[in-house]
Amino acid sequence: MINFLILPILIPLVTGVLLIFASKRIMLQRWIAGISSVIAIIFSALLVQKVRVSGIQTLDVSSWEAPFGITLVSDMMSALLVLTTSIIAFLCLIYSFWSIGEAREKFYYYAAFNFLIVGVNGAFTTGDIFNLFVFFEVMLMASYVLLVLGGKKAQLRESIKYILVNVISSALFVIAVAYLYSVVGTLNMAHISVRISEASQGNPPGIITVIAVLFLIVFGLKGAIFPLYFWMPGSYYAPPAPILALFGALLTKVGVYSITRTYTLFFYHDTGFTHQLLSFLAIMSIIAGVIGAIAYWDIKKIIIYNIIIAVGAILFGVSAMTTDSLTGSIFYLIHDMIIKAALFLLAGIVIAIAGTSNLHKISGLIKRYPGLGWTFFIAALALAGIPPLSGFVGKLLIVKGGFEAEHYWGAGIVLMSSLLVLFSIMKVFINGFWGTPRAYKEEEKVPVGKMLIAPVILIVIAVFYGVGSEYVYPYISQAAETLANPEIYIEAVLKEY
Amino acid sequence: MEILMAFVIGILFMSATYLMLSKSLLRIIVGTGLLSHGAHMLILTMGGLKKGAAPLLGENAPSYTDPIPQALILTAIVISFGVTAFFLVLAYRAYQELGTDNMDRMRGTEGND
Repeated sequence: MINFLILPILIPLVTGVLLIFASKRIMLQRWIAGISSVIAIIFSALLVQKVRVSGIQTLDVSSWEAPFGITLVSDMMSALLVLTTSIIAFLCLIYSFWSIGEAREKFYYYAAFNFLIVGVNGAFTTGDIFNLFVFFEVMLMASYVLLVLGGKKAQLRESIKYILVNVISSALFVIAVAYLYSVVGTLNMAHISVRISEASQGNPPGIITVIAVLFLIVFGLKGAIFPLYFWMPGSYYAPPAPILALFGALLTKVGVYSITRTYTLFFYHDTGFTHQLLSFLAIMSIIAGVIGAIAYWDIKKIIIYNIIIAVGAILFGVSAMTTDSLTGSIFYLIHDMIIKAALFLLAGIVIAIAGTSNLHKISGLIKRYPGLGWTFFIAALALAGIPPLSGFVGKLLIVKGGFEAEHYWGAGIVLMSSLLVLFSIMKVFINGFWGTPRAYKEEEKVPVGKMLIAPVILIVIAVFYGVGSEYVYPYISQAAETLANPEIYIEAVLKEY
Repeated sequence: MEILMAFVIGILFMSATYLMLSKSLLRIIVGTGLLSHGAHMLILTMGGLKKGAAPLLGENAPSYTDPIPQALILTAIVISFGVTAFFLVLAYRAYQELGTDNMDRMRGTEGND
């Protein structure tokens, strides 16, 4: 069963290739894509169980031994993220059946969709820093296609900016890897960690700090942290709901995952400057995100700015570097992936009904669509972290870890931000769902019942994730254990060290 | 040799930055091309510039050049080639649709223009 962990990458890859050939036959495409993502979910769930029972799984591709070849590594964190990705991908796929439109379906939408999942799962699974870059590019290339598919003016305009930002960040990534290679002479992440430890005996060289900051810039651009999030509100505004849900739930989280991985595995020796910087940027992201979320009167924009807040909260937990705060970060990361996907899909239904995302022009939806209204309400509460729901445990642990690490200000801001998040999302609920119902032109054509399936399932998962956190906790704490003690990861990959 | 390479890389990055700061879309794309060239040269330099040996000549070779930077560059070149091709097509399509290649006139989003 050693080849297990490559399946969540291989299945969407093969599916994507097959779908290119079936591009004009929509029903066939839907069936292939749907079935393959169910299979991917099953295998990712089995993988999580495998990692739970027998520890970190590794696969040396082509049997080149660990520090020399490319190694795929599935520790608990990456296995959990792969499982979450597979579930979200399946639900976004179902949602697309009724909302994405025939034109897109005929022009390789499902193929690009699957390639995106290849990139995301690959980035979560790989144990090689350059391979991470390659999977980033796979993911980005698919995201360019998905972003521009449809060819509306706004999409073309925003795609150009999005590609430009990502090309620059990719170049910086290559540069960062080049610096790192010249210092440590290896690309295997576990081996890099060992070499950095050896080099840092007593006095860590300054170049390591430079590389750490360079990586923070590269992944920060993808993950949308404070000064580098400028591209996101514009670019994410352009594509339709299911694509937006995929981007919002998965792409930024890949950046966050990479920051977490590099900062806990490579750069944990001298946390004085780098982790202080990370913590400062995380807090600034929360503040900037809150300002945006409160200021806008546009349902998409409000949720997009909420991504930035969540990224800030997760990274604040990472920067504190205690076991509690890392557990909280992973908890919150998975919660946020689920709930952001649900919110974007729900927002997509609202926009489809109303024909606009401007909150001034939407009102009284709950009268005619009670199911939509209440689902949105629960999603809003879960986003803000109201106790029995999923956001609560993660935020609690992040704040607790923050206090333990004596970041009182930061932890306080994370707490305060919850209130403002609640305010920003309730603004959507009160303005969009309450008030006098209006008549909308296109509303008869929208299959609200069918479109609700995916978000309702996501909300159910989110509720279980919150209420049943006792059952989820052992998994998450195993993941945090590996992050807090890099030796476990190194030992699993390199064996002899 | 390293110093010479440092100058070459510096000049490439400098011109890339200059081009990317201009308003014309085509110049920006050329800029991204130069940027990735600079990055590739940097990998080559960072891997160590040794002369006089092939990358790998069996296990008993007296000297050899590190093959990894070359493999990395090859991968990175292919990727940047693909992205540049996509970017060029996108730029052409955007020019047809929007009627401009001036970044100043591509501002804003649907909501506020």
